[in-house]
Amino acid sequence: MTAPDQTDGVSQGVEAQYRQALDDGRFLIQRCGGCDRAVFYPRMICPHCGADKLCFTAPDGRGTVYSTTVVRRKPEAGGDYNVALIDLQEGVRLMSRVDGVAPDAVRIGMGVRAQVIQQDGRGLVVFVPNKEAA
Amino acid sequence: MTLNELRGAVAVAGVGHAGLGQATGFTEMEILVQAAQRAVAGLTMRDIDGICTASVAAPMWAMPVIEHLGIRPTFIDSTMLGGSSFVAHLMPALHALASGQCNAVLVCYGSTQRTSTLSRAEVGRVRKQFDPQPYESPYDPLNPLSSYALAAARHMHQYGTRREDLARVALAANQWAQLNPEAQLREPATLDQILSARMVSDPLSVRDCCLVTDGAGAYVLVRADRARDLPRPPVYVLGNATAVWNRQISSMEDLTVTAASESGRRAFAMAGLAPKDIDVVELYDAFTINTLLFLEDLGFCAKGESKEFIADGAIAPGGRLPVNTNGGGLCCVHPGMYGVFIMIEAVRQLRGECGERQVSDAQLALVHGNGGTLSSQSTAILGTQATL
Repeated sequence: MTAPDQTDGVSQGVEAQYRQALDDGRFLIQRCGGCDRAVFYPRMICPHCGADKLCFTAPDGRGTVYSTTVVRRKPEAGGDYNVALIDLQEGVRLMSRVDGVAPDAVRIGMGVRAQVIQQDGRGLVVFVPNKEAA
Repeated sequence: MTLNELRGAVAVAGVGHAGLGQATGFTEMEILVQAAQRAVAGLTMRDIDGICTASVAAPMWAMPVIEHLGIRPTFIDSTMLGGSSFVAHLMPALHALASGQCNAVLVCYGSTQRTSTLSRAEVGRVRKQFDPQPYESPYDPLNPLSSYALAAARHMHQYGTRREDLARVALAANQWAQLNPEAQLREPATLDQILSARMVSDPLSVRDCCLVTDGAGAYVLVRADRARDLPRPPVYVLGNATAVWNRQISSMEDLTVTAASESGRRAFAMAGLAPKDIDVVELYDAFTINTLLFLEDLGFCAKGESKEFIADGAIAPGGRLPVNTNGGGLCCVHPGMYGVFIMIEAVRQLRGECGERQVSDAQLALVHGNGGTLSSQSTAILGTQATL
């Protein structure tokens, strides 16, 4: 059996590294050493400039709701829940949900901040309304 | 060979469909073959030496189709881009026909999604394993629906589009379906009934969503010189282009601008035409927001102005731009992937065989396919002999 390619001495791919950090309670994004742009989800090369100089970094955590929907579900199945797209201050977007308010009270443009919770035994990044925001 | 030289070099010689609605007792291969047999009219299956096909479930789908049809194709394309695949198959087929690699290409698709014993939940579980989206699936978006809902919500926020505007798209589809005996949802509905339908993923209700049906469709492409000798009036392929910018909705840069803005521009450039030239439009309306986004992205109106564009019934029967004349994926048929059916409807309109829903003097049609979650976009421009 061939040994896996250990790029830069790292023994696992970016997805596993991201997952590991999240399970440990840390939410990470990447930043490109080539063009200095932020990247999410974790990639092997930068989707903006093609450089393979992506490094994990902790984002500030603050963001804005870019879009939102309420998935309707019967109460006995758990009730309605929110799915949202969040734009982080660093300039990347991710799918998540906004907790701490009713699913249909989430508004586009709302200021939110990231929180890592445990769900089904794994780390998960969700957002809550950012009280400091106007 | 340049793209402009390919303009009009290939024609649709035949179209066919089978098993629309519920094909109880039939497999998807069986209805696909029925549709294919109908599409080869004027030729025989022995004449087919090129094939384009794709399946939602089977990754090696071209092989069993070739085997079942008993053909020996010299050109095979099974590119899978979701629902737009059967529009996107045009360009490789054009090259293969023009170069002489093959002489007659069958593009075909079939699905028994409606009568399948496999539940959507089971399909979802399998897909999570074979085709993971680990950055979206933990949040349980009701995909593809929730992704389109997110696009609709953003369009509403940015341009003041209302649920009433989405409902007008559904109403127009319903009005067209009433004129089409093959459409599955023909019962007349009012705007109020559409607006009070059950919400599924805000702001989209069940009436904003396509049908879940069975159905198969096929069409045959030949070089233009050969098409003239066949029994049906040929419909020429004047332009085609495909664009993909992302797969996941969370990776889409601007939820109000799809890659249709690129595929449309390139297809129009190849055809040497502009939106104002088009007589009839067949758009992939998996959800009502699609119709609004594509009217804007393809240049029929400015970005954000589709609500004004459709307000006076412009896309409904009798309107100034007939859109989705078969009733669309919303009201006619939608067996998992719908792209082949917009090709079929455009060809039938240009042949003038659409009965009550026929657009008078239709010479130029635009077909636009969409796949995934606003992920793949393929635009085709078709025309009659007079447009060459």
